[in-house]
Amino acid sequence: MQSIKHFITLTERYLTPNRRIMLYGAVALALMAIFMSVKLGNNLQYILLRRSYILLTMVIVAFVAGISTVIFQTVSNNRILTPSLMGIENLFVLIQTVAIFFYSGTTNSFWLFNIIKFAIETSLLVLFSLLLYQWLFKTVNYNINLVLMIGILLGELFRSSSNLLQRLLDPNEFAILQGRIFATFTRATPDLIAFSAIVIILIGLLIWRKRYVYDVLALGRAHAINLGLNYQRHVMTTLLLVSILVAVSTALVGPLTFLGLMVANLAYLLAGSHQHRYLLPTAFLLAMIALIAGQLFLEYGLNMSASLSVVLEFFGGIFFIYLILKRF
Amino acid sequence: MIVIDKIKKCYDDTVILDNITTTIPRGGITSIIGPNGAGKSTLLSIIGRLLKADTGTINVSGLDVVTTKSDILAKQLSILRQENQFNSRLTVEELVGFGRYPYTRGRLTAQDDEKISQSLSFLNLLELRHRYLDELSGGQRQRAYVAMVLCQDTDYVLLDEPLNNLDMKHAVAMMKQLRLAADDLGKTIILVIHDINFASTYSDYILAMKKGALCYQGGPKEIMRADVLQDIFDTPVRIREIDGQLIAMYFR
Repeated sequence: MQSIKHFITLTERYLTPNRRIMLYGAVALALMAIFMSVKLGNNLQYILLRRSYILLTMVIVAFVAGISTVIFQTVSNNRILTPSLMGIENLFVLIQTVAIFFYSGTTNSFWLFNIIKFAIETSLLVLFSLLLYQWLFKTVNYNINLVLMIGILLGELFRSSSNLLQRLLDPNEFAILQGRIFATFTRATPDLIAFSAIVIILIGLLIWRKRYVYDVLALGRAHAINLGLNYQRHVMTTLLLVSILVAVSTALVGPLTFLGLMVANLAYLLAGSHQHRYLLPTAFLLAMIALIAGQLFLEYGLNMSASLSVVLEFFGGIFFIYLILKRF
Repeated sequence: MIVIDKIKKCYDDTVILDNITTTIPRGGITSIIGPNGAGKSTLLSIIGRLLKADTGTINVSGLDVVTTKSDILAKQLSILRQENQFNSRLTVEELVGFGRYPYTRGRLTAQDDEKISQSLSFLNLLELRHRYLDELSGGQRQRAYVAMVLCQDTDYVLLDEPLNNLDMKHAVAMMKQLRLAADDLGKTIILVIHDINFASTYSDYILAMKKGALCYQGGPKEIMRADVLQDIFDTPVRIREIDGQLIAMYFR
């Protein structure tokens, strides 16, 4: 016991937040290198190109999961909420279901994973959050708890609507649908990746500029107002930025509920600081590590016999239970 | 000077504040007293723009608290409420450093570090500066919060029950520090306070509230009278003069 305590104080002294970020960055880079170089086979050019697409997709998704969850939890002042509560992921599933339900005959040519479909999906998701949250925030007088509650209800509405439609689908179409609504990193094409990358870089810059604002928002409403922040505006823009990020990521790979929750809470434990200039990069890098390690485990441990979301939700679910037990 | 003009606040049908109009003088310590549910904290929150009044206006040295930009007000007026809970794990020094945010937007300079140290030593927190808030006693934490709003260095400081959780020694020390802040640093301090005798012995001006209305106001000599206090608190009170201070006896 004594030696453990000693070890912790020692690591706390030597592992400044900056050094920790470098450490996680190094682990993430090493995993990337392993991912790119394991079992290359004959067709080197094809494999490398394909893997780099997957890797880029994972970078984008890791960024979204880590950053969006941390700032979402900061403004909602709660550490077990995730942005998926706002119903965006469920809406994505609903859109997919409706598309297959009504356009099943004409699917193949039109509903291939192309940029038009992606753009339509993303803008639908963003439009939804824009309208909903603009309206909702005004109606309930900027009470964030009420907004989140209505978000949960709407998410549930979307989910049960998709369930209803899914029951009416024919089994073949349902199989196609399942392929789409389980997260996978292998279907994104270069144009989609490039488009998403531009969007998230822009939003990432906006968020990085507000890193000190988030430190203050984490103190809660009263302190944020006392320290001169326009609280309502910051909370609303943050929820909108989060919606856009989640929309992009969901449209790119599908819903990934637990990843964000897992990496955000790990980041609070492992960043060595509560400040967002350390929390945000740490959460991003931890998400990278979780995703690449999960994908490697899936490919070489399970022979691709599951999907990445199953692997992540299995470990994420266990971690979530651990968190809840630790609280009580 | 804080000018409060026709402030009204209701929750559904319950009237919390009913047409409050008064002026709080600049400088010194002003205490707001009154029984539970009189609307003291609500009034303080409205002055500190944490709550919106239904009607009426409040001016703090010429700035309307609703229409003035929040970041400008943050350099004029600071407010500390009773309940303070944080998700982030902060050290005392980090917490007090947040008081500099209106000036620095998060990037602390050497000058800010000096201000932080001053606030810490003002409230006797220097040796606790690297401790985490969750490792402190309730009283130490309370002092850290007050250090934070003093570090904000505003002319007007609003404190809701700053003696919460403080024992006799620390309560007296806190009031002496606030007196010093008013006398030496020229700050205007407005307190919501329950202990009528602290209000009597340390404040320059007292506002008494009852059922959402302002019922009495004036210096300690005008408020510390048996008939007045009995009317405010609905309980028998005797007043004794001890060492030149008016003390209310209401215990039995």
